[in-house]
Amino acid sequence: MNLHEYQSKQLFIKYGIPTPVGYIATTRNEAKAAAEKIGGSVWVVKAQAHTGGRGKAGGVKIAKTIEEVQKYTEEMIGMTLVTHQTGADGLPVSIVYIEPGSEIDREIYLSILLDREQEMISFVASAAGGMDIEEVAENEPEKIYKIAISPASGLMDFQIRQLAFGIGLHKDQLKQFSIIVKRMYVLFLESDASLIEVNPLIVSTTGEVIALDAKINIDSNALYRQKEIVTYRDASQEDAVENEAAENDLNYVTLDGDIACMVNGAGLAMATMDLIKLHGGEPANFLDVGGGATSDRVAFAFKLILSNKNVRAILVNIFGGIVRCDLIAEGVISAVKEVGVNVPVIVRLEGTNVEKGRSLLKQSGLEIINAADLTDAAKKAVAVAVQS
Amino acid sequence: MSILINKDSKIICQGITGKQGSFHTEQCIEYGTHVVAGVTPGAKIDSHLGVPVFNTVRDAVTATQADVSMIYVPAPFAADAIIEAADAGIELIVCITEGIPVLDMVKVKATLKHYDCRLIGPNCPGVITPGECKIGIMPGFIHQKGKIGVISRSGTLTYEAVYQTTQNGLGQTTCVGIGGDPVRGMNFIDCLELFEADNETEGVVMVGEIGGTDEEAAAEFIKSDVTKPVVAYIAGVTAPPGKRMGHAGAIVAGGKGTAKDKYKALDNAGVMTVKSPAELGSAILELVSK
Repeated sequence: MNLHEYQSKQLFIKYGIPTPVGYIATTRNEAKAAAEKIGGSVWVVKAQAHTGGRGKAGGVKIAKTIEEVQKYTEEMIGMTLVTHQTGADGLPVSIVYIEPGSEIDREIYLSILLDREQEMISFVASAAGGMDIEEVAENEPEKIYKIAISPASGLMDFQIRQLAFGIGLHKDQLKQFSIIVKRMYVLFLESDASLIEVNPLIVSTTGEVIALDAKINIDSNALYRQKEIVTYRDASQEDAVENEAAENDLNYVTLDGDIACMVNGAGLAMATMDLIKLHGGEPANFLDVGGGATSDRVAFAFKLILSNKNVRAILVNIFGGIVRCDLIAEGVISAVKEVGVNVPVIVRLEGTNVEKGRSLLKQSGLEIINAADLTDAAKKAVAVAVQS
Repeated sequence: MSILINKDSKIICQGITGKQGSFHTEQCIEYGTHVVAGVTPGAKIDSHLGVPVFNTVRDAVTATQADVSMIYVPAPFAADAIIEAADAGIELIVCITEGIPVLDMVKVKATLKHYDCRLIGPNCPGVITPGECKIGIMPGFIHQKGKIGVISRSGTLTYEAVYQTTQNGLGQTTCVGIGGDPVRGMNFIDCLELFEADNETEGVVMVGEIGGTDEEAAAEFIKSDVTKPVVAYIAGVTAPPGKRMGHAGAIVAGGKGTAKDKYKALDNAGVMTVKSPAELGSAILELVSK
């Protein structure tokens, strides 16, 4: 689950991590009130959307007057922000965050995340702040400093010194930097974050170290114990169909193609997409109906799939382990009858009760295309999608 | 021979009285697995499915000398259950539970270093030595005792590999579902090392997927330490970057963890890779005679 910048900054403030104190606004009047409360003569208006690269997409503007703050707010509210991360559909903006402008001396990159290889929590810092960290890692890996934290010792001072001196911070800034790193670590642990990224962390012209941006992602598996953070969820930033699927215990990801798939198991679901592609088609989605797939769930999955108007064929691929093929077959039959499926359905069944499942499909009298195996299923799906 | 488990393994189930634990333990017993006890703290009954139920793993181990634990306890309590098993002297811990917070697993992994035990999972189908011992949720009937070791991050794709090697007559020595989480117990390398040392295993099928760099590490290990033929398939060539594909660990992040990179590493290591999971069986048959 992802948080907005303003929510992340609220958490920063709560944990004592220095960040410009700003306010959210959704209207002209709120923008004016926010700017007046902040005072000064320079403001930054930032569109709130779950994506990076907002600046280049027109989602971050510097205002020199209160009228400009209002104007930018009005322009941003209701806009669709398209960045290199969002894809062509973009993300809607319904809130802006207004904060005082900062005088920047230098920009730094700082993040804390799970290091999968080391199976430890790591900090990553780079002197090249404000830039895409992946590009820096690719082109100038020597500029990146990394520390991994042992769960036994926790974050150590020497590690913070390694980062600070590595990125060339002056020793006057070490103490401020150290406090920020330590508090980010506590916030990371206490919020079950999977990523906290500050890009840029700045040194101001007056020598203060400040988190100018803030991005926090939370481990979805830990939401059960993050009662407050759960309330930060903004469904408008997420795919509606994917959310609906999640609420019904289905794993669904929308893709660009025209052959839908319904599969049990995440690995097999990915493999089914790959097979479609391998045989010349394009998958329309990833869909894992899970191990405990019931007839109702299958029917719901069909409805979900058909909400995507690009779909020209549906490939059902089930390897019955816990789930029984006859139950899946019943689900497919009732779904085709109830939902009114108007595209060809190809079914490949294997595993528990497979014979019973296949004969149910045959006896149903419905136009369901039986596939003998994986390859046959993919080939038939691609062939009918081209025809329909 | 086989790896990790055999007909002599003595198994306890943590969470035996729960819905999942109860259902799958019964299936395991039916398969012939030697389940000797269950653990449910404060359970109101003394026995379940014909085996005694204890309050703690330590009590269960003392009473039965069990050496393997199969865990079905819900995610919020799973980290505690894994470490309890290790602390009670269990040698092999198989955690089926899905949805454990990753920070819990970071602690578990750091703690397990102090114990002489192995962990399989979490978020996995389990491990099976066909004809001898089934620990987990896989359908027993598709397996057949034989020559191939199977290692996989995905449940249903393991079944595909198993089914194909049963159909073509090769059969399996042991199949290990290592799980779909980013931080987990045994990895490809740990299993490859055991299969390499196992007399009866003549070839290995490995099924990887996007996310992390464990397949790349496995490729290096195969190049230097594995003499037996290995066939590999990687799921997720078509997965869009930045999207989590069902499994917590199946995500291409920061340009890392792509199927393309994994295939490249495996190809360079001399592994026979297949682009379709339907070809796993025929590929390993080419390399290992019946």
